[in-house]
Amino acid sequence: MPLVFAGVCSHAPGITGRAERADPVLRDGFYVALDRMRGAIEAVRPDALVVVAAEHFANFFMNNMPAFAIGMAEHYEGPIEDEKWLGISRRRIPGNRGLSERLVSRVLHEVDVAYAEEWMFDHGIMVPLHFLTPRYDLAVIPANINCQGPPLTPLHRAHAFGRALRHACDAVPERIALVGTGGISHWPATPNSGKINEAWDRDFLERWTANRREALLSYTDAETYRDGGQGGFEIRTFIAVAGAAEEATGEIWCYTPIPIFAVGCTVGVMKLGAA
Amino acid sequence: MSLYYVQKLLYQLNRDPELRRRFAGEPDAVLAGYELTAEELDAIRKPDIGLLYVLGVNGQILMHYAAMRGFEWNAYLEAMREGVRRHGPVRAGIYALVED
Repeated sequence: MPLVFAGVCSHAPGITGRAERADPVLRDGFYVALDRMRGAIEAVRPDALVVVAAEHFANFFMNNMPAFAIGMAEHYEGPIEDEKWLGISRRRIPGNRGLSERLVSRVLHEVDVAYAEEWMFDHGIMVPLHFLTPRYDLAVIPANINCQGPPLTPLHRAHAFGRALRHACDAVPERIALVGTGGISHWPATPNSGKINEAWDRDFLERWTANRREALLSYTDAETYRDGGQGGFEIRTFIAVAGAAEEATGEIWCYTPIPIFAVGCTVGVMKLGAA
Repeated sequence: MSLYYVQKLLYQLNRDPELRRRFAGEPDAVLAGYELTAEELDAIRKPDIGLLYVLGVNGQILMHYAAMRGFEWNAYLEAMREGVRRHGPVRAGIYALVED
């Protein structure tokens, strides 16, 4: 089936772990947008949710760092972090091994993706799932792009990975929803945590909603580090979704800087089938 | 300089509850399995979160070690600032302090 949903959202651990410390008006507005995304995903009745994440050393380390990986397990566990610290209790999350295998096999025709039959979800996947599949009753297939341990996956390869995922999703009979999760500018886990470059974020989101490939791929890592911090390297997940929905344009349902969450809290969707 | 092994130890502690239990009971036995300098060993044992930050431990790894060692969020952020004041700028990696 053609891909039934493509969107992006933030995943910062403070979104659940430090919820009580945020301005309630800003926080709740963001939560409403996430719930709108949950409703939109449920409305298209997906058989599985592919989450393109930027994991933070939960599974992959500098001893063997894949540029891309896709989970291929019957189920997953998460969160790997302390449950109280993240504000999400540990649980088993359903996967779909057979579907993963077919997607990986197809993606491999275009992109050299690693597969993983074990995967412990960190906040990068658990925070989105907490809002998007709160009953944990939808099969999840995790995917990862190395945004964390340099040398990083180049932006044009992240875009190509998104295209390959799209071709794979279109080629299987299941109805698949795709969500990319990451921050735009942010400086998490540094003394600058809470710093957000709103102008840079808004410019990036304009490029994302217009889905202009050249504009999305024009950043150098040095520019991103300077203007968007090391957290800004996670734009790769948004770029992958843009690649997966390259015929579409997008809409931003929420962009709200919330410093205690350490990120401009974002919910965006690509208007598939609207062209 | 063995930043890689500092990060590997902390990464494995973050992932593995059994290793955390061993580390709590017999830290030296666990630490013996990694190539670490005296400065690194000292920073891990104390723990000196600020020095680990300055040595260049990736923030996404250090954040969880700090929480594991009982640092509340604000105390963790302050420990990194204090580390830079005491030990100078971050020496490696992509998590350096930036001036506003």
